[in-house]
Amino acid sequence: MKQVHVDVAVIGGGPAGLAASLAARKEGAERVLIIERNTELGGILQQCIHHGFGLHRFKEELTGPEYAQRFIDFIKETDIEVMLETMVLEVTPERKIYAVNSESGMLEIHAKSIVLAMGCRERTRGALRIPGGRPAGVYSAGTAQRYVNIDGYVPGKKAVILGSGDIGLIMARRFTLEGAKVEAVVEVLPYAAGLTRNVVQCLEDYDIPLYLQSTVIEIHGNKRIEAVTIAQVDEKWNPIPGTERKIECDTLLLSVGLVPENELSSQAGVAIDPITNGPLVDDAMMTNLPGIFACGNVLHVHDLVDNVSKESERAGMYAGRYALGKSSEKARRIKVQAGENIRYVVPHEVSSEEPVEFFMRVQRPQDDVALDVGGLRRIRKTSVRPSEMLDVKITPEQLQSLEGDTLVIQIVEQ
Amino acid sequence: MLKHITCTVCPMSCNVELTLGEDNEILSLTGNKCARGKAYATSEHLHPERTLTSIVKAKGGMHPVLPVRTNKPIPKDKLKEGMQVVSKVEAQAPIKMGDVIVADFLGLGVDLVATRDL
Ligand code: SF4
Repeated sequence: MKQVHVDVAVIGGGPAGLAASLAARKEGAERVLIIERNTELGGILQQCIHHGFGLHRFKEELTGPEYAQRFIDFIKETDIEVMLETMVLEVTPERKIYAVNSESGMLEIHAKSIVLAMGCRERTRGALRIPGGRPAGVYSAGTAQRYVNIDGYVPGKKAVILGSGDIGLIMARRFTLEGAKVEAVVEVLPYAAGLTRNVVQCLEDYDIPLYLQSTVIEIHGNKRIEAVTIAQVDEKWNPIPGTERKIECDTLLLSVGLVPENELSSQAGVAIDPITNGPLVDDAMMTNLPGIFACGNVLHVHDLVDNVSKESERAGMYAGRYALGKSSEKARRIKVQAGENIRYVVPHEVSSEEPVEFFMRVQRPQDDVALDVGGLRRIRKTSVRPSEMLDVKITPEQLQSLEGDTLVIQIVEQ
Repeated sequence: MLKHITCTVCPMSCNVELTLGEDNEILSLTGNKCARGKAYATSEHLHPERTLTSIVKAKGGMHPVLPVRTNKPIPKDKLKEGMQVVSKVEAQAPIKMGDVIVADFLGLGVDLVATRDL
């Protein structure tokens, strides 16, 4: 088996992996390797051809491919190594990576530190349990996005979209622009799951109806989908009899959420947060396995790629430092706890030696509130939404003034 | 006449209500919680604009299509016409991000540009 020795191995060449590898190299790690299973770098950004990326990062609105291209160009200016079309099969706690590609066959990669940056995948129909047959024409929104934007073919003429996540909303517009008809977007929640901007610019602009508190209760058709039946739901998401209506369509897109891709992490023994479905990490973005770091959508699902880049630079920097033998045991450990109306917080544990940026999501929408960080900092928020990730920076000095070893982050009334 | 515009500038998503006169002019504007909302709703009413992003056919590259965008927003009611042009264009690799694929798109003074290398 071919043996490879590197300082930092980054698994995944999407936005997280790109930013992490650049930061690790900048920190001084000499051999940095990106392992990517696709034929090119950029990850999911390459199929997100709409604009709205990079407003924080580059102070302008870029499309997904443009955002990716900028980072790819940065990588090209460095000596960071890239292995494309390489599939990672296993990661061990001793930081060995088994991978395979057609050029070298099996590879054993020895890394001083590893950054997990595998991203996320879409929830599928199986996870939803919609009754009915299994006809062709049912796709996840991201799969359809790939067909349209990378392969150049629109997989239907009349679509219904289940779920109002951002990819679903974006695809409603894409299908419409490409001449297909989107009959409806159906959302079980009482509000759209995606960003308001996308509801306005992707649905309202094209008069596409959004049915809230509704779901698809049946899929019709044998070989190819012919129609779906939708119905309103009660608070417990049970269909309300008498509200059913049948909509003809040849395509059903599912945009019902994303799940961090952690098969490799779990097999390696990385501890997973049951809420984010991503690894538990400390303020260095390090998992419970020493020298194994995580960032981006593999850690928790982000809504802004700008935040992915920022978080991943942090992971890359600490991974670089670890590979150089420069990281030290932290004297103090503070547990981070999600309090009132906070669904989760990343990182899960912090020291009081480094500045830290917390990323979190609320459980339900609220207006005119404040985000309270363990009494150390309080930030007014005109509104908080589950679809919009919150972030807050805390200094080591602020952390040192904390009493006890638990930091509770919560939403409080003004 | 009344018109509703959802402000998309920040997550508050204020529902801005415009009262319009005979000539579609804005008589009053309420529901916005800040000045940015007023500016947004005013321009969204008078001349709504969008950036068009799509793909064009491409030859000689690693993918059969190339993602493109207008380098500035165009009037919203030109999107459909824009797509008719986009669907007929064919680009030839090698292409660099930012390369102009259609100059003076629809005669609007904006360019349709490539958004990646291919
Ligand atoms: S009006 Fe102001 S507060 Fe309201 S959504 Fe627009 S920018 Fe936000």
